Amino acid sequence: MTVALRPTSLSEALDALGANGAVAVAGCTDLMVVDHAPARAHATVVDLSRLPELRGVREDSGGLWIGAATTFAELRESKLVRERFPIVAEMAGTIGALQIQNRATVGGNIANASPAGDSLPVWMALDAEVEIAGRSGSRRVPYDEMHRAYRETALAPGELIVGLRLPAADEALEQRFRKVGTRAAQAISKVVVALAARVHGDELHGLRIAAGSVAPTPVRLRAAEALVEGQPLTPDLAAAAGLAAAREVTPIDDVRSTADYRRFVLARTVRRMLLACQGGEA
Amino acid sequence: MALSSPLSPLGQSPPRPDGPGKVTGATRYLDDLEVPGVWYGATVRSKVAAGRIRRVDGDAARALGAVVVTAADLPGPNVLKVIAEDWPVLAAERVEHVAQPIALVAAPTRELARRAAAAVVVEVDAEPAVFETTDPATTLPSGRDRVLASCRSARGDASGALANPAVVVVEGVYSTGHQEHVYIEPQGALAIPDREGHFEVIGSIQCPYYVHGALEHLFGPGSVRVRQAPTGGGFGGKEEFPDMLCAHVALLARASGHPVKIVYERSEDINGTTKRHPSRVRVRTGHAPDGTLLAVEIDAVLDGGAFITLSPVVLSRAVLHAAGPYRCENVTIEGRALATNTAPNGAFRGFGAPQTQFAMERHMDRAARALGLDPLTIRARNAYRPGDVTPTGQVLGDDTSALECLRVAAERADFLRRWTLHERARAAFHLRGLPAPGIGLSLFWHGTGFTGNGERKMRSPVRLALLADGAVEIRVAATDFGQGTEVVLAQIVADALGCELARVRFAEPDTDRVPDSGPTVASRTVSVVGSALFEAGQLLANELARAGGVVADLLAGQDELVVEAHYEPDPTTDFDEATYQGTAYAAYGYGCDVVEVEVCPDSLATTVQRALFVADVGHAIHPVLCAGQLEGGALQAIGQGTIEEMRLENGRYLQDRLTSYLIPTAQDAPDMETILLEHPSTMGPAGAKGVGELPADGGAPAVIAAIENATGIACGDAPATAERLLADLLAGHVVPGGSSVDPFGLELAR
Repeated sequence: MTVALRPTSLSEALDALGANGAVAVAGCTDLMVVDHAPARAHATVVDLSRLPELRGVREDSGGLWIGAATTFAELRESKLVRERFPIVAEMAGTIGALQIQNRATVGGNIANASPAGDSLPVWMALDAEVEIAGRSGSRRVPYDEMHRAYRETALAPGELIVGLRLPAADEALEQRFRKVGTRAAQAISKVVVALAARVHGDELHGLRIAAGSVAPTPVRLRAAEALVEGQPLTPDLAAAAGLAAAREVTPIDDVRSTADYRRFVLARTVRRMLLACQGGEA
Repeated sequence: MALSSPLSPLGQSPPRPDGPGKVTGATRYLDDLEVPGVWYGATVRSKVAAGRIRRVDGDAARALGAVVVTAADLPGPNVLKVIAEDWPVLAAERVEHVAQPIALVAAPTRELARRAAAAVVVEVDAEPAVFETTDPATTLPSGRDRVLASCRSARGDASGALANPAVVVVEGVYSTGHQEHVYIEPQGALAIPDREGHFEVIGSIQCPYYVHGALEHLFGPGSVRVRQAPTGGGFGGKEEFPDMLCAHVALLARASGHPVKIVYERSEDINGTTKRHPSRVRVRTGHAPDGTLLAVEIDAVLDGGAFITLSPVVLSRAVLHAAGPYRCENVTIEGRALATNTAPNGAFRGFGAPQTQFAMERHMDRAARALGLDPLTIRARNAYRPGDVTPTGQVLGDDTSALECLRVAAERADFLRRWTLHERARAAFHLRGLPAPGIGLSLFWHGTGFTGNGERKMRSPVRLALLADGAVEIRVAATDFGQGTEVVLAQIVADALGCELARVRFAEPDTDRVPDSGPTVASRTVSVVGSALFEAGQLLANELARAGGVVADLLAGQDELVVEAHYEPDPTTDFDEATYQGTAYAAYGYGCDVVEVEVCPDSLATTVQRALFVADVGHAIHPVLCAGQLEGGALQAIGQGTIEEMRLENGRYLQDRLTSYLIPTAQDAPDMETILLEHPSTMGPAGAKGVGELPADGGAPAVIAAIENATGIACGDAPATAERLLADLLAGHVVPGGSSVDPFGLELAR
C-alpha cells in the first residue's frame, strides 16, 4: 500500500520527505510506470503539485527562474521562455506526448535523472543553476555538478529541487537543440544534444555543448568545446570537434540503439550544430 | 462496370453503426464488462526459452486464497488444436519458449491474483535454446523436429533456364523480422461457468468458432458458448491466440466456480502472444537483357516459433505469393517453416505474403540495377496481364490489373522522372547537409479468401432472419474488430433485398445464435461471407416477393423467418495440395505503392513524406473504409519497413513495451493518397476482392526502395532502421552510383 501526502508549503513538504522511503512526485509520469510493478512501489509519495514555492517562470536578474513544478507544456507555451531560451521551448515540445507534457515537470525530469532525459543537456548547455532546499537550508548547485553517476543526482535524502536559474541570454547567444529518436513523436532519445555559445565574428566564445543518451549521465562535451573555443570556426574544426565529442562519450548498445550509431550521430550532429552557428546549413 | 442500380447502397460510404459508441467511449470492451462475483486470473510463465520442468508448486498461492491450475489439472487433452496437435494449453514436462504458460491462478482481486502468481514455485532445468532459422540444429532441445512445414511450387524448368549462359542471373538474400500487431486493446477473455459445468466465454477475438472448437476439444461437445466482445483491433493477432487465453479463463472458472477474467498487460501481451513470422528468403532470377524474367528460383524460410499452430498455411500463402505479380515460364519456389524457441509466430495481416513479396520486390530493384534498368521498366515488362499463367498453372482472368496499377501509380507520382532525378542528384548531396530525397515503388498481389480448396471445404453458411418488425438480421460469425464489417455486410444485404440500409441489423457474433461462417481472416469477410449474404438476401427477397412484400404474411405468426445460404466456389476450379497445381485463389487484388522519403544526413533517420496507394479492389463496396484499410495497412507495413524492430535476448523480446517497440504515430504518417481501381472479380459481391491484407504487402519494400534512391544504401532487410542503414553503409552495401551519405564519422563505428 502506498501513502500519499499532499503538503501545501515547502516546509511541510520537506518534513514529509523526512519519512523513510518517501519519494517526491509531481506529474508522476515516471513514477506511475515504475510503481506499476507491485514489488517496486514506493511506500510514501509526497505530492509537490500544491506548493506555491515551486511554481512559475519569471525574470531573475536578467535571466530566468523556472519553478521545479513547471510543466513542459508551460515551458513550451511561455512567452518569456520562447523569447529568451528558444531551445528550452523546443526541447519541451519533444518530451513524450502532449499529455505527458501537460503533467511532467522540470524538477521531475531532473530528479528522475534518466541518461536519456531530454531537458538535462539543455540545462547543462545553458549553464543553469539548481536551487535545492532541505530541512537544514537551501543551496545552489551548478547544473554541471547535478548528475553524479547513473541515475544519481546531487540531491541528498530529504532534499527537493525548488527551481532552476538560467543566466541572462542576449541576442548574441546562439542556442541549438537536436533530439534524435526513433520516430517523429513520443520517442525516447537515442542521442540528444544542446549547444550554447556567443558568436564573435567567426569565433564561438563561452561554448557549452552537452549530450544525453551517450553516457550513464548527461555530459558536457568538454574536449569538443576546448577545440572550438575562441578559434576561427572552419568546417575542418567543426569536424574535429564532432570526432572529439564522439570519442569522449561512453555510449552503450541497448534496447533503443547501438553504441556505434550513437557515436556516429553525435559526431555528425555536433559538427552540424557548430556549422549552423556560423550560418551554415543546419 | 457498376453492377448495381444507382439506388444501391454499394459504392456509398454510410456511417458505421458502431462508430458513435467507439468515438464517445460508450462502447464496453472486455475489460469494461462488469460481472458479479468475477475473479481475476493471472498466468505463471516460463522465464527461460527451453528447459525441463522439475517442479510446479502452487501451495503458497493457494494459501493466499487463490485457485491454481497446472497441466495436471486439465480435464481433457493438454492441447490447443489448430492444424497439428502440438500446442499445449499449459507446459507440462518442458518449456519451449520464454513466457510459455506453466500455471494459472485466479483470485478475487487483480492484486491478489498477481501476488498469487508470483508465489507459484516453478523449477526448470534450463537447456540451450535455438533462436535463429540459420541455426544448424535439426531438432529443438525437446527433441522435436525443427521442420514444422514445407511446400514447393514449380512450373517449367527454373534451374535449366538459369544455367543458360545467355541469361543474366541476379541473386540476393532478404530478411524480415518479428512484427508485433499492436492492437490497441490487449488480449482479454472472460469465462462465466454455470452449474452444469458449461461455460459462456466472452473475448476480444476474431474467430468465435475457433475458440468454440478449442474449448470443446478440452471440455467436450456442447460445453461452451462463445461471444465476441467489441474488439479493439486484431490484425491476425486475435485469430489463433485467443484459443489459449479463452481456454485459460475457462479452466480457472471451472476450478474456482467463479466467472474469471484475464486482460493482459501490454508487456505480457507482447511477450506471450504471436508475432509476424520472421523470414529469410533467397531469390535467384534469370533475365533477358531487356529485363524479361526467364527464371525465378526462391527459397523461403519462415521462423515458426516453438509450435506448429498456423505455420503450414502461412507458409503456403508465402510460397504462393513469392514470385510476385510477375509472369515467368520457369519458376521454382520452396518454402520451409522452422521451429525456434520463441512463442509461436502466427497470423498477421498478409499471412506470409508480405515476407516473400518484400524479398521479391527488393530483388526486382536489385535486378533492375544489375541490368541497367529502372524500377518501373523492369516491373512493367514482367507484370501480369490477363491470360498469364501463375506458377500453379492458374490462368489469370480479365480482371488482372497488375500492369494498370503500376501505370496509374507511376503516372500519378511522376515516378520515373523523379526517381531518375534523385539517382543523379545523389552524389551532390554529399556534404550539403540537406535531407536526401528518395522515391520508391512496389508492385504486389494478394489472393482473396482461403488458399486452394479451403473455401470449398468450409462451404460457409450464413443466415438472414426476417423479424416481425420488418428488420433483417445478419447472422454470421464474421467479426468486426475495427474494419467496419457491420456496415459493409449490411450494405450488401440491403442491396440484395433492395431495402433501406437502416432495416438491416448485425447480430452479435455468438456461437449460440450465428452459424460458423468461418474465421474473420484472409480478407474473406466481404468477398466470401458477403457473397453468401448476397445470395441469402436474394432468397429472402424472393420469399418476400411471393408474400407480396407483406412481412406478417410471410412470418405467419412465427417470430422470425430464417434463410440460409452457403458460399459456393466456382465448381470448375480445383487446387491440388500435393502438386501445388490449380486455382490457388479465386481472385487476386493488385496494388502499387509509391513512397517518398527524406533521409536525414546526420542520423540516417527516415521521414516518410508522401505515399500513393493504387489498389484494385474489384468493387469498392464502401470506398471510405476501403481507403482506410489501404492507408492503415500501408502505414503498418511502412512501420515494419522502417522502425518496428524486435530483437531477442536469451529468447525474450527486448522491445516488449510500447516505449521500446515503436510504431508510426500520426506525426510519422505521410500525406497519403489512395486511388481505387475496380476490375470486378467473378468471386465477391459485385466483383469485390479482398482488401484487408493487400496493403500489408507493399509498404515495406516501397519505403526501403525510396531509402535506397535517397541514400544509395542497398538494404535488403526490414526494418531498415537507422542503425541497420549505418551497418549496411559500413558493410559496403551501396548501389554502384555510390551513397549520398558523406563518410564523416564512419570510422567511429567499428
